[in-house]
Amino acid sequence: MFRPFESFFLELGRTTQIFVRVLLWTFRPPYDPRQWLTQMVRVGIQSIPVVLLTAVFTGGVMALQIFTVLARFGAENYVGSIVGLAMVRELAAVLGALMIAGRCGAAMGAELGAMRVTQQIDALEVLATDPVHYLIVPRVWATTLALPLLIALADAVGIFGGYVVSVIVMGANPATYLDITFRYMDANDVMSGLIKAAVFGLLIATIGCSKGFHAKGGAEGVGRATTAAVVTGSIAVLVVNFFLTKLMF
Amino acid sequence: MTQPTFKIRLQGIHKSFGPKHVLTGLDLDIAEGESLVILGGSGSGKSVLLKHIIGLLQPDEGTVEVDGVDLSTLGQRQLIEFRRRFGMSFQEGALFDSMTVWQNIAFPLQRARPRIATADISARVEQCLESVGLQGVDDKVPAELSGGMRRRVGFARAIALQPQILLFDEPTTGLDPVMTAVIDEVINNLRRRLGSTTITITHDLTSAFRIADRIAMLHRGQILAVAPPDEFRASDDPRLQQFLEGRAEGPLTDDPPPQTTQVPDP
Repeated sequence: MFRPFESFFLELGRTTQIFVRVLLWTFRPPYDPRQWLTQMVRVGIQSIPVVLLTAVFTGGVMALQIFTVLARFGAENYVGSIVGLAMVRELAAVLGALMIAGRCGAAMGAELGAMRVTQQIDALEVLATDPVHYLIVPRVWATTLALPLLIALADAVGIFGGYVVSVIVMGANPATYLDITFRYMDANDVMSGLIKAAVFGLLIATIGCSKGFHAKGGAEGVGRATTAAVVTGSIAVLVVNFFLTKLMF
Repeated sequence: MTQPTFKIRLQGIHKSFGPKHVLTGLDLDIAEGESLVILGGSGSGKSVLLKHIIGLLQPDEGTVEVDGVDLSTLGQRQLIEFRRRFGMSFQEGALFDSMTVWQNIAFPLQRARPRIATADISARVEQCLESVGLQGVDDKVPAELSGGMRRRVGFARAIALQPQILLFDEPTTGLDPVMTAVIDEVINNLRRRLGSTTITITHDLTSAFRIADRIAMLHRGQILAVAPPDEFRASDDPRLQQFLEGRAEGPLTDDPPPQTTQVPDP
């Protein structure tokens, strides 16, 4: 009867345990700058296209929708402000994080899962290397660090998307649009989005790595770990986002 | 009965995974410098046993001693250090598939001594590859190697730190008879060169008789018998005979599992 709860708490326990081990191992030598760099490149640099595409189209569609609605009561001058605030406070971080969960969380679940079922993780332990230290520490911190940087870019590109659609498609005045976009936005709005992004990065990587690390049962197990990494990572992002927003505003 | 020095001593090991009782009160002593082969059918707990020796798994009950040290008394970091005494080769090699052969063998060297010079690493990598009879594969990645080569690279990686104890997990499973003979020879050579204590688990009888000083038979989580190859072959224990002759019918396959109450002969 309590099976679903049981497995929920088992998973929560495992992920927490991985996170604690990451904290304990973070400051212990030997450090492996190459692993860190590789992960930064994979999560940070290689995710730029997908995150920016998401941002530019989200900004664009937001402009289309909001313009149509605001036009009903003659407030279409405020489109820029709404698009901008929605992007930096909420949409860039959440949608960007969901894309990263699909891209990097999945990759971590699959890679570590494959290493687990082919005994490469056992081999690491036998070769006097803690697998959490060697594999998971760089992934978790690289993702935590890379996500705010990616989202900062996404903020800018999302606003640009809204601008292009408003000015070119809807015929808004370019100067007024930009002025309105930034008039009601302050640094806290941007910061709150970036802090969220860092937390999402931490969640996605820890969950993805934990799923892969505990994979079992051959190719099928790797598949399950990958799916679980994406699904659990995405849900965690959405749920935690609600509470973070409640906390910060 | 008891030999003076034991490199490894397992006493009363019990291990369960959920409802599955895999090791059921296992006792085994392994002498310094000997080559012990552990035979057993599929699912008899061979790999689980090996993982206990190296501390990858902890027993639910019983003790594992290596060089007189009870592994359960070691902390996580001490255990990691302690493992440098071991070299283990896995089924299928378990090579790091994102690395080249060179990087795989260099890995334990770099982890043990972060400041080691690249030239020293290269020299040692060459030595290790030569010990297992391979050359010119440094830059290949594991996916480009055949099954037998992958295992030999796994051996080379296992001996990189000149361990005192070598563990081989099914080194010949899935290889053709010629490659099996090659691998057996490599194992014997490595042992001669390093003078290490060697533990091999397998279900390959030919291979077992070629490399063993003593053979142990594992069945349903206990050691049924341990004896030198000739004695092992001559034993009149019907369970050993069934395994040696490879018969489907016999005491090993009888259900329900026979209750072994006696302590197996060490």
